[in-house]
Amino acid sequence: MSSTDEYRDRPVRPYVLTGGRAVPSRNTIRPETLVVAALPSKPLPVSAGRTERALFGMCRRLLSLAEAAVYLELPVSVVVIVASDLVDSGHLSVRTPAGAPVSREVLEELLHGLRKLA
Amino acid sequence: MAYASSPDNATDTGPSSTGGRYLAETVQRSAKILVVGAFGVGKTTLIGSVSEITPLRTEETMTTASVGVDDLAGLGEKKATTVALDFGRITVSPRLVLYLFGMPGQRRFWDLWEGLAEGAVGALVLVDTRRIEQSFEVLDQLETHTAGLPFAVAVNQFPDSPWHGEDELADALDLPPRTPVTSCDARDPAGSVKALITLVEHALANQKVPS
Repeated sequence: MSSTDEYRDRPVRPYVLTGGRAVPSRNTIRPETLVVAALPSKPLPVSAGRTERALFGMCRRLLSLAEAAVYLELPVSVVVIVASDLVDSGHLSVRTPAGAPVSREVLEELLHGLRKLA
Repeated sequence: MAYASSPDNATDTGPSSTGGRYLAETVQRSAKILVVGAFGVGKTTLIGSVSEITPLRTEETMTTASVGVDDLAGLGEKKATTVALDFGRITVSPRLVLYLFGMPGQRRFWDLWEGLAEGAVGALVLVDTRRIEQSFEVLDQLETHTAGLPFAVAVNQFPDSPWHGEDELADALDLPPRTPVTSCDARDPAGSVKALITLVEHALANQKVPS
């Protein structure tokens, strides 16, 4: 059975942070998607919320959304929604968006890299 | 930026990033492998043994994966349950980073699986031969909820694990033909990397089959 280690409730409902939305504006963003501030950089609008600002600041260098979520102490699903908005507005850019199946080239590069570690 | 609590390491020493929170700027894409298995089988141990960062724990909400917010809003007593996910990463080349996500095996988390399996290279199923029956649920889930996702089985060898031959184990677990079975000590980086290699080789072999 489970322990509380894998399972708990949070006091703030996630939809509060996303303006009531449960679904991101694009479905090409996943926990492992790499994001970074878009160039040329442009400031966020004054209307940007706290979560947008925090994520945008976090992404001044390259990292995955899952990592950004951990450092921001937010659920990944919330960060995915906020990141989608920031991609739509041109503030964040995504490296190789998800969607296509993993290519043979990527698998071979992965295998080669892992063999070097073994 | 006032609230941007940032992952600082950012003294910008060197090109990054072993030990640093950020990735090297040369990285162009990510790949993902799921590490699945029954509770306590050693998923996070395996991830930690190969990860270049201390495994991170994030939370995923079940409700956004399975139910719309309207449904949630209408059900005052429904709890927005969150599930902890542990993950780690390996920069396998200057261009490519691999993320390993530990997936809880319990039946009530099934909705979460489909979302996380999307775009994954495959799944490494960790099995504890002392509690082999606990793996049935996980394998069943893989075959029904993430059909088509390549997976390999790795026995996490505990000191008192009974020995099973690979064939015997494949039989006991009723694995699909050609599913690789290997063993490792999840605490040992080299063995864990080898288990991952077995999975990636299997995923590559699967690609050869014309679809």
